[in-house]
Amino acid sequence: MTVRVFVVDDHELFRSGVRSELHDDLEIVGDAGDVAAAVEGIRATTPDVVLLDVHMPNGGGRAVIDAVRAERPEARFLALSVSDAAEDVIGVIRAGARGYVTKSISAEELNAAVRRIHDGDAVFSPRLAGFVLDTFAAEIAQPADPELDLLTAREREVLRYIARGYAYKEVAHELGISVKTVESHVSAVLRKLQLSSRYELTRWASDRRLV
Amino acid sequence: MGAMATARMESERTDEGAPRARLQRSRRNRMLGGVAGGIGDHLGVDSVTVRLAFVVLSLAAGFGLVVYLLVWVLAPLEAASDPVQPPRQLPRPRARTVLGAVLVVVGVIVLLWTFGFWFGAGLAWPAVLAAIGFAVLWARDSDERRVRWDLASFGTPLEAVLSGRVSLPRILMGGVLILGGMAILLAATTSFEAATSVVVAIIVTVGGLLLLAGPWMWNMARELMDERSSRIRSEERAEMAAHLHDSVLQTLALIQRAKEQREMATLARTQERELRAWLYGRAPSVRGSRLRDAIDAMAGRIERRHQVRVETVVVGDVELDEHVRALVSACTEATLNAAKHSGTLEVSVYLEVEADAITAFVRDQGHGFDLDEVPVDRRGIVESIVARMERHGGSAEVHSTPKAGTEITLRLPRARA
Repeated sequence: MTVRVFVVDDHELFRSGVRSELHDDLEIVGDAGDVAAAVEGIRATTPDVVLLDVHMPNGGGRAVIDAVRAERPEARFLALSVSDAAEDVIGVIRAGARGYVTKSISAEELNAAVRRIHDGDAVFSPRLAGFVLDTFAAEIAQPADPELDLLTAREREVLRYIARGYAYKEVAHELGISVKTVESHVSAVLRKLQLSSRYELTRWASDRRLV
Repeated sequence: MGAMATARMESERTDEGAPRARLQRSRRNRMLGGVAGGIGDHLGVDSVTVRLAFVVLSLAAGFGLVVYLLVWVLAPLEAASDPVQPPRQLPRPRARTVLGAVLVVVGVIVLLWTFGFWFGAGLAWPAVLAAIGFAVLWARDSDERRVRWDLASFGTPLEAVLSGRVSLPRILMGGVLILGGMAILLAATTSFEAATSVVVAIIVTVGGLLLLAGPWMWNMARELMDERSSRIRSEERAEMAAHLHDSVLQTLALIQRAKEQREMATLARTQERELRAWLYGRAPSVRGSRLRDAIDAMAGRIERRHQVRVETVVVGDVELDEHVRALVSACTEATLNAAKHSGTLEVSVYLEVEADAITAFVRDQGHGFDLDEVPVDRRGIVESIVARMERHGGSAEVHSTPKAGTEITLRLPRARA
C-alpha cells in the first residue's frame, strides 16, 4: 500500500531533496514552506505521514501539529531538525510527533522511518534515546504516576541499545525478543514522554544543556 | 567596536525620522556643554533663545544655572555625527574669548555689588569653591581621549562615573572642595538658627527639584541604560558575525572546492559540530573540562582526520579527573581503531554516567574480526585499551563478529561521594 506523505519545511532545497530520496511506495501528496500553508495542505490532502521541520518562521512544527491534530487524528508526524536542542525535541514530541530524526539521516533510514511511523510505531534516533534516558535518569522521590514517570528496566535496556547505534532488528536479536516487542517498548516510552507529569522536563533538560 | 555601535544608533535614529529630537546635549551647537543647543533641538527653538533664557533664569536666584548643570549632568551627549556630513561647528572659545567672558562676568558682579545687589562674600566664596569642586569632579578627558583638558568636550558625567572613568583622586579632590565650600558657608553664618534654616532651605529645594524633575531624571537614567544595552547587543552581533565569518563562511568556501563527496561530507560535519558547540553555549574556557565536551572534541578530531562519522550520545556528565581522562583516552583509542580498521564510515559512541559507574560503548558495523586470529598490531591496540582501563580500576571487553562489526565496552567504577 502506498503511504501518502506530506513534507513541511521552509527550505526548498530540503523539500526537493526528500522528494528525490523517497522510494516509490511513498507518495508525496504535497509540501509546504510555512505553517499556514502546511495546515491548509494537510487539511486538503489527508496524508498518512507528515514530515515536519521543527524550526520554521511563525511557530515551527509544534504549531502545525497543534492546528491539525484535532481534526486529522489519523495523520502521523515525524519531526526533522538540524538542531537537536533538547527543548525542540521534547517540545515537538510532547505536541504529538511520533518520532524525531536529524536531517543528516540517510535516504534509506528516512524511508524506513516513514514506514515505521505509518505503521504506528515510534522512531527514535540514538540522540533522542540518549535524551530520554537522561530525562528519566533523575531520581524523583515520589512519582505522581509511576506508570508514566518511570521507565521499566526493559525499556531502559532497549533505549540503551538504540543510543549505542543498534537498529530495532539488532536490539531484538541482542535481547532475544521480537522486533514487534522492541517496537512496543519504544512506543511505550514515547507515550511516557508525551504524557508524563514531569512538566518541567523541558526546562530541566535545557538547564543541563542536554544535547 | 564603539564606532560600530555608534553607527547603528545613528541609523536607528534616522530610521525613526522622529519630528522631535530626544533631549541630548548637542555636539554641533555648543558653547559649554551643548546644553542649550540640545534643548533647542529638542524643543525646536533657536539655541540663542535658549541661551538668553538661561541667562535670565540665572539672574532669578541662580535657577537657570541649576537647571543648566542638571541637564549637563543627566543628558547624554549626542552620538558622533556622520563623517560624510561635516557638522556645523561653533568656533571653540579661544583663550582671549574666555578672558573676555570672565572680565564681563567680573564687571557685572562689581556693578551689582556697587548697587547693593550683592549677597556678600559669605556666599560668594563658598559658591566659587563648590563650583571648582564640581568642575574637578565632572570634567574629564574628551571622548576622543585627548589628554588636553577641554571644556567643550565634557562627556556625560553620570556615564563617566558609572563606567569608572573619573579617577578616585579627582572624586576626592572635588568632594573636598565642595564640602569645604559648604563648611565655610555654614561657618560664616553666625547663628545656629541660620545654619538650620540653610539646611532646611536646601532640603526643601532638593525635594522640590526631585518632585519637579524626578520623573524626568528617572527617564534619563533609563535612556542611559537603554543606550548601554543596545551597545552591548550590537557588540554581540559583531562577535557573531566575526564567528560566522571565521567558521561557517570558510567551510562553505572549502566545500565548494572539495573534489570528493567524502571530503565534502567531512567538512560539513566538522562545521556542524563546531557550530552546535558554539550555539549551545559551550564557552572555549570550559570546553574540555567535562566528560561530554571531551568526548565531543575527541569525535570531532577523529571525524576530521579519518573522514568517518562519529555519532556520540552522552547521558549524564561529570567533571574530568585522572580516571575519567583515562576512560576518555581508552574511548579515543577504540574509536580511532574503528575509524581506521573497521572499513565502515560510521562509528557510534555511547557513554552513560550512573551513580556507581561510567560505561562507554564504541561500536562499528564494519567487517569485524575473530579475536583469536587478529594480526598482532591490532591486537596490541585492544590490549592497550584493556590495560589502560585496568590500571584505573576499570575493565574493557571486546565483542567482535566477523562481517557484523565490533563493539568495545568500557566500564569505570566511580568512587561513591
